[in-house]
Amino acid sequence: MENSKTSIFRKVLMALSGLFLVIFLLQHFVINSLSVISPDSFNEVSHFMGTNPLVQFLLQPVLMFGVVLHLGMGMVIEQKNRKARPIKYAFSNASANSSWMSRNMIITGITVMLFLGLHFYDFWVPEMNTKYVEGNMSGMLDGEDSYRYFTELQHKFVSPVRIGIYCLSFIFLSLHLLHGFQSSFQSVGFKNRKFAPTIAKLGNIYAVAIPLGFIFIALFHFINSSH
Amino acid sequence: MSTVKTLNLTLKIWRQKNNIAKGSLETYPISDISPDSSFLEMLDILNGGLIEKGESPVTFDHDCREGICGSCSLYINGEPHGPSRLVTTCQLHMRSFKDGETIYIEPFRAKAFPVIKDLMVDRSAFDRIQHAGGYISVNTSGNTQDANSIPIEKENADEAFYSAACIGCGACVAACKNASASLFVAAKVSQYALLPQGQVEAKDRVLNMVKQAEKEGFGPCSNTGACEVECPKGISIENIARMNREFLSAAITK
Repeated sequence: MENSKTSIFRKVLMALSGLFLVIFLLQHFVINSLSVISPDSFNEVSHFMGTNPLVQFLLQPVLMFGVVLHLGMGMVIEQKNRKARPIKYAFSNASANSSWMSRNMIITGITVMLFLGLHFYDFWVPEMNTKYVEGNMSGMLDGEDSYRYFTELQHKFVSPVRIGIYCLSFIFLSLHLLHGFQSSFQSVGFKNRKFAPTIAKLGNIYAVAIPLGFIFIALFHFINSSH
Repeated sequence: MSTVKTLNLTLKIWRQKNNIAKGSLETYPISDISPDSSFLEMLDILNGGLIEKGESPVTFDHDCREGICGSCSLYINGEPHGPSRLVTTCQLHMRSFKDGETIYIEPFRAKAFPVIKDLMVDRSAFDRIQHAGGYISVNTSGNTQDANSIPIEKENADEAFYSAACIGCGACVAACKNASASLFVAAKVSQYALLPQGQVEAKDRVLNMVKQAEKEGFGPCSNTGACEVECPKGISIENIARMNREFLSAAITK
């Protein structure tokens, strides 16, 4: 029990929840990509994800738990970080020995969490309301014979301000992942001389490609809506 | 005949009377410093001047002045042991600085390294971490097996040797944004974990040393890698991953 109060244990929880969110994000990206490639497929998959009991009542709570755990542990660790050096240096040249991303995970993390609030307000809250408050599980547009998901997505990407916030948030997500991905492997003890270059390369590719992909999807729908 | 150009510098040095007094950065101009003198020799010259003027000399840690003992510390221009790589403060030379430069000199800062006076800090927290498990309990009654008779993989022997190169200076703590002692603890854990003699007590060692580091008030590791860059002995953060593995395995199986 005492071992679970150590920073190493907490960092392992951070790492595992982070890696779980990395896998979730990839899955989210693949589904979102369908909205660009095939709106029909996007509708089908969205309906499946939104109504499948396994996804809704098992995977969704697990995901929520992962997010809360990652955020909660991040806050606890940040507090310990600050306590360890009560008097700061008058002059510090931190950029000489470490990246900005690695030193500012709390800033990029909080920004991503704030974005999640907006994202929940945009999609998750209305979705829950439609399905579980109004009791409409059909996934259909009112009075029409087609799914509502793609249309709802398009409506959200009309405002340039919202698009701006989305793009900026994904830049912060990229910065968070540039350190977080490889840091997770180090925390769980998986990194060594043999694996380190591959983990670093994979992490950099993921951290740039996935947020850039999300930005592309948002801009794609924004540009389409303005024509 | 060529003449060596000397350096005129402005020093901003942390002065603090004792461990409870509030300290501040004081300014000291210093001139005619040879680029070939070491950083500590430059401070010796400054102190000579201060003593002549009847002022209190600047207190700083030093001993061997050969980069071996780990006594010297100093956070110079925002980096532990200054801007050069793989050297301790005593091996840092004034040729690393420009004429007219302002140099900031502060103590290593961490809750676990309280300032004793000026630039000298109490690093006995490292000793207590070592006491918690940084050793092997060997019967030295005279019938101990010769270490050289135990076959050890070359790779492991080399790794253990590199880990054992840690001089416990505390630069890793000073460099870390969280004042974490992870690199120090990891080096000590690794040097034994990689050798057969260290296996017997491996689980207790890692659990106890990690817990002691927490107790001392060192922060968590954010994997920034700053410690590895600033370590005068080039200890790799690979050791931290090994420590994490050892800790998890011990926590689950012990």
